[in-house]
Amino acid sequence: MATNTVARTAEEIAGLDALDLGGERATTPAEKVWSAAWPKIAAVALALLLWQAVVWSGWKDEWILPAPATVFDDLAQLVQKGSFWEAVATTAQRAITGFTFAMVIGLLLGVAVSRSRILRTALGSFITGLQTMPSIAWFPLAIVLFQLSEQAIFFVVVLGAAPSIANGVISGVDFVPPVLVRAGRNLGARGLALYRYVIGPASLPAIVAGLKQGWAFAWRSLMAGELLVVIPGAPAIGSNLQHARENTDYPGLISHMIVILVIGIIVDALFNVANNRIRRRWGLI
Amino acid sequence: MTTVEARTTLAPAVTLTEVSKAYGRGQTAVLALDRLSLTVQPGEFVCLVGASGCGKSTLLNIVSGLDSASAGTIDTGGHEPALMFQEPALFPWRSVAANVELPLKLRGVKRSERRERARELLSVVHLADFAGRQPHELSGGMRQRVALARTLAMDSPILLMDEPFGALDAMTRDILHDELERIWTERQLTIVFVTHNVREAARLGDRIVVLSSRPGRPVAEFEVGLDRPRRIDSPEIASLAATVTDRLKEEVRRHGH
Repeated sequence: MATNTVARTAEEIAGLDALDLGGERATTPAEKVWSAAWPKIAAVALALLLWQAVVWSGWKDEWILPAPATVFDDLAQLVQKGSFWEAVATTAQRAITGFTFAMVIGLLLGVAVSRSRILRTALGSFITGLQTMPSIAWFPLAIVLFQLSEQAIFFVVVLGAAPSIANGVISGVDFVPPVLVRAGRNLGARGLALYRYVIGPASLPAIVAGLKQGWAFAWRSLMAGELLVVIPGAPAIGSNLQHARENTDYPGLISHMIVILVIGIIVDALFNVANNRIRRRWGLI
Repeated sequence: MTTVEARTTLAPAVTLTEVSKAYGRGQTAVLALDRLSLTVQPGEFVCLVGASGCGKSTLLNIVSGLDSASAGTIDTGGHEPALMFQEPALFPWRSVAANVELPLKLRGVKRSERRERARELLSVVHLADFAGRQPHELSGGMRQRVALARTLAMDSPILLMDEPFGALDAMTRDILHDELERIWTERQLTIVFVTHNVREAARLGDRIVVLSSRPGRPVAEFEVGLDRPRRIDSPEIASLAATVTDRLKEEVRRHGH
């Protein structure tokens, strides 16, 4: 082929590429933060306003349903106490061990079920069944098996979270586009390499979604557990909540509820960071 | 370009002998390919055209080894053919360069060498400046060129292409025809190109093979014999395309009654 044809083709290609890509308007970091923050701030403000309105309406005595300002005073005192942070540490440690163990079981179970037709027939709907079972229904059995102990809480947290994680893996593997698997196989990825370079990364978004849901279940199970299984000498967020009610410390009760909510939101936000990073990389947002 | 005489003295690049493919079993089995035989010479550019249901994609899957034949033999001279699809099938979690590097990585090529080879292959498809981008940042035509670079990274002398430009606009497709022709000549590749676009087949191929539908088997062959470089809008291409289209329509009519 003549050299001038080659040069002309190269120029045409460069021209087409430039036209195809076009211009995109970049948003500044400050714009991004503000556009993400203001709806949340507005929602919190509205919720506080409603709460205050209910208090003002005089529906309940103020010592039963305290006003936001009273609760936030109590919360400010609470976070200065060493015992509070000990309770947070106990709860966090239970959450982390339980969730980590659930993650290992869920991932192994998910991979096994997604690979084997027999296992899928045997366990597939069973896993979904376990997922819909309220974790609090496990506690009577857990207490019979393990008494009022750390193991009882751990048992229920793992049972609560593992099915969601396994289901995340299964649906992730199921929805890998077949053309990516074919491309991977043709490029030389066989056996384990196919999982490492194609199926694993391709199912990552669904796996992260499963982990996020698994975390929500783990956190709920843990709070249920700490309300029911109060272990003497090991103060935790859930048992403090129970004590606050027993001691008619209603600002303290609501303070602890806020703490539970805030921890849940923070962990959820961490999963969202991971999720958004993946989606940005893939060009989904 | 190799001359016809030189080609025939070498062993064929691809030899298919009596290849059949059936899906399902017994009474309900569907025959996709029926005792199909085809020989492709080294350095030859063969275009397969056919209507729906001619088993074009099945055939490429079998030649590439992704699928197995129900009967017959496939000889690719010990080479694993590289396969390119209608969609780019790039891995969205890997950058453009990392996509091109993957086949090298899977063969155990060292990191520094991989980098260099990927850069070289991306400059072959005029995308050296986009090595660090993610696939979604590129246009459809650019993604298909990344896919071509990734396919070339397999270092296979045989390239199988399954309607690779089918989803692109006409302008981009014309330019990619020029590109593919250049790469084919420079790298002395053997190409089996499946398309339902008869003009595209006449623009690119040394030879056009018309496949029948349900089951697929070759029913006609056309030597193109036009000088390169060619233009898809030239009268010679149009006239050859008309002849091939007539033959193809005859085949389609057969299924009408």
